[in-house]
Amino acid sequence: MLRSVLIAALAALFVSSVSAGALASSNAEHPKELKWSHGGPFGTFDRASVQRGLHVYRETCSGCHGLKYIAFRNLLEIGLSEDQAKIIAAEYTVKDGPNDEGEMFERPGKLFDYMPAPFANDKAARASNNGALPPDLSLIVKARKGGENYIYSILTGYMEPPADVTLAEGMAYNPYFPNHQIAMAPPIDDQTVEYVDGTENSKEQIARDVVSFLAWTAEPTLEARKRLGVKVMLYLFVLTLVLYGVKRKVWAKMH
Amino acid sequence: MSGHSSFQSNNAIVKWIEYRLPIFSFVNEALVVYPTPKNLNYWWNMGSLAGVMLVVQIITGVVLGMHYTPHADLAFDSTEHIMRDVNYGWLLRYMHANGGSMFFAVVYIHIFRGMYYGSYKAPRELLWWLGIIIFILMMATAFMGYVLPWGQMSFWGATVITNLFSAVPILGETIVAWLWGGYSVDQPTLNRFFSLHYLLPFVIFAVVFLHLWALHVHKSNNPLGIDIKGPQDTIPFHPYYTVKDLYGMGVFAIIFAWLLFFAPNLLGEPDNYIPADPLVTPTHIVPEWYFLPFYAILRAIPDKLFGVIAMFASLFILFVLPWLDTSKVRSARFRPVYKMLFWAFFVDCLVLGYIGGQPAEGIFIVIGRLGTALYFLFFLSLPFIGWFERPRKLPASISTAVLESHGGGGTPDGAAAKAEDRG
Ligand code: HEC
Ligand code: HEM
Repeated sequence: MLRSVLIAALAALFVSSVSAGALASSNAEHPKELKWSHGGPFGTFDRASVQRGLHVYRETCSGCHGLKYIAFRNLLEIGLSEDQAKIIAAEYTVKDGPNDEGEMFERPGKLFDYMPAPFANDKAARASNNGALPPDLSLIVKARKGGENYIYSILTGYMEPPADVTLAEGMAYNPYFPNHQIAMAPPIDDQTVEYVDGTENSKEQIARDVVSFLAWTAEPTLEARKRLGVKVMLYLFVLTLVLYGVKRKVWAKMH
Repeated sequence: MSGHSSFQSNNAIVKWIEYRLPIFSFVNEALVVYPTPKNLNYWWNMGSLAGVMLVVQIITGVVLGMHYTPHADLAFDSTEHIMRDVNYGWLLRYMHANGGSMFFAVVYIHIFRGMYYGSYKAPRELLWWLGIIIFILMMATAFMGYVLPWGQMSFWGATVITNLFSAVPILGETIVAWLWGGYSVDQPTLNRFFSLHYLLPFVIFAVVFLHLWALHVHKSNNPLGIDIKGPQDTIPFHPYYTVKDLYGMGVFAIIFAWLLFFAPNLLGEPDNYIPADPLVTPTHIVPEWYFLPFYAILRAIPDKLFGVIAMFASLFILFVLPWLDTSKVRSARFRPVYKMLFWAFFVDCLVLGYIGGQPAEGIFIVIGRLGTALYFLFFLSLPFIGWFERPRKLPASISTAVLESHGGGGTPDGAAAKAEDRG
């Protein structure tokens, strides 16, 4: 028994050290540690924050970053009404066609459309951004070590470069980014966006909201997963307990 | 598989079938009356768990395959489509990805169990071989499966590993181009990997069948490592081990479910959520955790060709283990020196796994080389250990050892601990 515990502990140590390994080997500063309402086994998205985050994304980030896995219909999942989602969709122009005359045409977005990309292609995106490519943000929270905390730290972590650092052309200094020089100018500051619900529009709050939103875009099924998970765990605990009882009973006959 | 059947039935349909295809007596012999040593501990649960995981991987995989598109431009999107739009697609995908990890965890424990209790020794050498073949096929399957979502780590992992074959003298480049179906990892590579990833699990299934066939000839080994001497040493598989296996499956399912529902990306690499880009190399290319010890051995050798040889040798040396180990005593319980070496080897494997996940620089290189040397030293020392080690006295039979441990209060080890010459 003791040995099994020891082995389990060793294995756990092993797993945690392997996953911690790659972080330690980058020169980037360790991300700030925040609590997220969608964290933990019972976590759910903070709807209000996610909706504000959508607002931030549309106002501030969508000029450079796409969100290609999100369709306007998905916005219903974060609590927008169908009419609200339709209005947002209609603000975008979408290329469609060919029509009966064989022509491509433009029309306002509909619920089933996906968020249009800000640039026609990667080359165009680089051309407008000093040669750097602004990544699609749909999966960004899952695509970076540190997830939400990392993205939040990038957004709030800009500072003046130390005296011994000379920034390359078009770069900003951010200690949380690998090698500290990032090709994105600080995208948010205090009061970058206005909030209609009266929430304080500090830099930190704006960053938190947009990260909550991006956590949702990275995994819209997160709540369904955790809800099912809790039920399955409860079921398995009971089942296993029963099986243990049966096992004891059957084996008692042997001795 | 052979032998006189104890199966009886009065049901006319059962009798009709049984007369033409004796499938009922087959199942009866394999899973019901099948005589099993009385004294198996929980480390013997891993075999049935591995079987369950193979079935889980096949079922989730086949359904994933209905929604997945093996095309370089569409694979990543189709995986996200599974995650977002397919009903319970996220569950299937996370189950399959984490299922791979759980499968390997179980099989690793299964292999270490076999090494600790000497299950590879006569007359189970072929059983052991079939196990190693399953293990190698699993590695091939998982490696190709990991390429399918076509993320950055999929692409670069595939590039690094297939490139290893370029170390083969003269033919290297030709082999690599043949594997790729072109001049780099690209559409043809993805397409064939999907095909093979779909095929290999069924090959594994067939080898598992042979593995069980071999098992049922000489029956399970046991923690004492001594042969079954008569009916008093065994109990029928059902109900004793069916219920014990089921209980084990419950515990296992709890761990699996926790990973699946609450930490589904813990063992994955974030880089694999970035679509494959042949122009951008990730800073650290790391394989899945279950390959890390072998990856460490590969990188421990400064020369590419010898690195590849060492890596394959570390795997293939398992085939000769039954002959490297010259001791007649199976279980490490009665082999004080082997027992120590075994635990050293176990820790060495963990250390190698850790090193495999680190960048190849500084102290990590030194530790990786030491770990690699120790890995092989373990195997090469076995013939000598067998000659000079003085094992403890073996109990007379499984049933006496079980009786003593339940009666006098001593453990089976304790009962047999009176130091004497090897029996
Ligand atoms: C003017 C264009 C522009 C705007 C506006 C912009 N970004 Fe960026 N962003 C970029 C570029 C360019 C990069 C690539 C930086 C690099 O690779 O050095 C980038 C990179 C990123 C990254 C990835 C960092 C990494 O680890 O690779 C994140 C996350 C990000 N932006 C989030 C945002 C958010 C959130 C907003 C809105 C609040 C935003 N960006 C607004 C241009 C922009
Ligand atoms: C030995 C059993 C198997 C193992 C160990 C295994 C392992 C894996 C792994 C590690 C992945 C990558 C998961 C990820 O990161 O997304 C994968 C993907 C995949 N596998 Fe399997 N697999 C097995 C059996 C099968 C079978 C029988 C099929 C049937 C078609 C299948 C179909 C797929 C598909 C379609 C994908 C791509 C979708 C995805 O990435 O989730 N697998 N597999």
